[in-house]
Amino acid sequence: MPKPHQLRIICPNGHLGFAPTKEESFWLGAETSPDFYCCDSGSNDIGPGPVGADTCASPYEWQKHDLELMLIASRKQGVPMIIGSAGDTGTRSRVDRYVAIITELARQHSLPKFKLAYFYSDVSKQYLKSKLKTGHAIQGLDGRPDLSEEDLDNTNRIVAMAGIHPYVKALDMGADVIIGGRSSDSAIFAAPAIRAGFTEALSYYLGKVLECASFCAEPYAAKESVIGTITDHDVKVTAIAPFQRCTIASVASHAMYERANPFYEYVAGGMLDMTDCVYEQYDEKTTKITGPKFVPVTAKIKVKLEGSGKVGERFIGIAGVRDPYTIANIDKVIEWARAQVEERFGGQEYRLFYKVYGKNGVMGDLEPIQEIRSHELCLIVEGIAPSKEMAEEVTMIGTRQIFYARLPEVKGTAGTAAFVVDEVLPASPAYRWTINHIVEVDDPMELFELHLIEIG
Amino acid sequence: MKGKKLVELAKTIRSKNAGPDKITFDIIFKDKASYELVKHSRVITKQSIAKLYKIPQEKISDFVEFDPACAIKFTIYRTLASGSPGETDIFGCQQYPPLLDVAVPMK
Repeated sequence: MPKPHQLRIICPNGHLGFAPTKEESFWLGAETSPDFYCCDSGSNDIGPGPVGADTCASPYEWQKHDLELMLIASRKQGVPMIIGSAGDTGTRSRVDRYVAIITELARQHSLPKFKLAYFYSDVSKQYLKSKLKTGHAIQGLDGRPDLSEEDLDNTNRIVAMAGIHPYVKALDMGADVIIGGRSSDSAIFAAPAIRAGFTEALSYYLGKVLECASFCAEPYAAKESVIGTITDHDVKVTAIAPFQRCTIASVASHAMYERANPFYEYVAGGMLDMTDCVYEQYDEKTTKITGPKFVPVTAKIKVKLEGSGKVGERFIGIAGVRDPYTIANIDKVIEWARAQVEERFGGQEYRLFYKVYGKNGVMGDLEPIQEIRSHELCLIVEGIAPSKEMAEEVTMIGTRQIFYARLPEVKGTAGTAAFVVDEVLPASPAYRWTINHIVEVDDPMELFELHLIEIG
Repeated sequence: MKGKKLVELAKTIRSKNAGPDKITFDIIFKDKASYELVKHSRVITKQSIAKLYKIPQEKISDFVEFDPACAIKFTIYRTLASGSPGETDIFGCQQYPPLLDVAVPMK
């Protein structure tokens, strides 16, 4: 295969399915016949719930809508389509769900035969256990200690963050459509560029700038298409929506988005260094970038892991407080309610949290404003326990006792809280991120199970 | 010497998750002049941020003055990982407002 002098990739959405792709800019982009249709569909931004419970954060109809646009356009043109981190989490069941959607869409549209590759990113607890048993540390990220056996035992589901490797292999196998499990966003775009012979530095930069679609353009607008072009010398990124432009400011500031540091991006296989990137306005809607570097790993490849564990069943209670005396003594009210729960469930395993909106409900300990300035407060009570029955009762006592709070000077002796509903509401179970770690692997494919099928 | 608030000089002030254990803050300025003014005023430093958010400086993992975007960016470790029981801001996107009122001295 001769190396092309450039490769053009369209990205229609920064998180496929999370909110629907805007169709006008997508079709304007498709008319220019890009070489690849690539999109990321997942994020750990949505918290530990969906991975732990193995659910989506996005509605099925939106996912189908977005997949349909990309499938129809890419098949019509006869170019590959790549989706990473299927169904918000990139777990096995989410990959299967997207494979089923693609299969169904192909049938509905009577598409000619094509090859569909898909891979799973799920990691078994057994695999990590044997790593720990053989003395391989699973290194903690972002200040976390190395993974303990206890945290592993308390984990329900684990996914590994794929780099370019399963994508390159799937393309080598002739895939027309790829549905990926959990993946680094940038790898989804870098894979076809690296495979075509472009440098790792520019290829990963291409991925980095495209992954959030129109977030690298201005004015601010999500879900609009952008197109990235890679050559031997530079990356150019172009806004497609008629009202948007990719400017030096918008592209450079996007390098900062959702990441601890604007200069470094870590992927399985190395680190993209953007310190010396130079941004130039190439035309009205396009910014040109030169100068990224890539530092490949010299030792074994490290793959990032995400794991979520269930903490318990959960209910939510809501209470409003208007009496200024009660507001001034809100900490005592909460103390009272906590004591009532403890009286009933003392010694048992439960957790109870109060978020006081009007005081520090949003920022908690980070809130610089110490005094309460609001004339009313909203208390959100979060009760967690091993069973639904107990979680409901914990939350119910913790909420209703705000109503019965015993304050010496209170005037309103018929109840010290206002309720929107005199009940507590079932919420999804509580999960926590048990794993934000990296594992060393001998073979970058060892955590990813790749399949190829024919559709149509 | 009169002063301005950071909100008057910046075009974007935002906070957002950077992975499950960190929140990152971006202050992006309207123009090079505003950026340089704030950068040299030293009102946004590791020390001032630690004081504003009442956290020890070790809780700030990154602090960068990012010239290409006319931006100051810093990242802090969360006390509770995103979405954990008791945690209040899954996306970490409402932790920036204390920055809006930071006073910037004008010459």
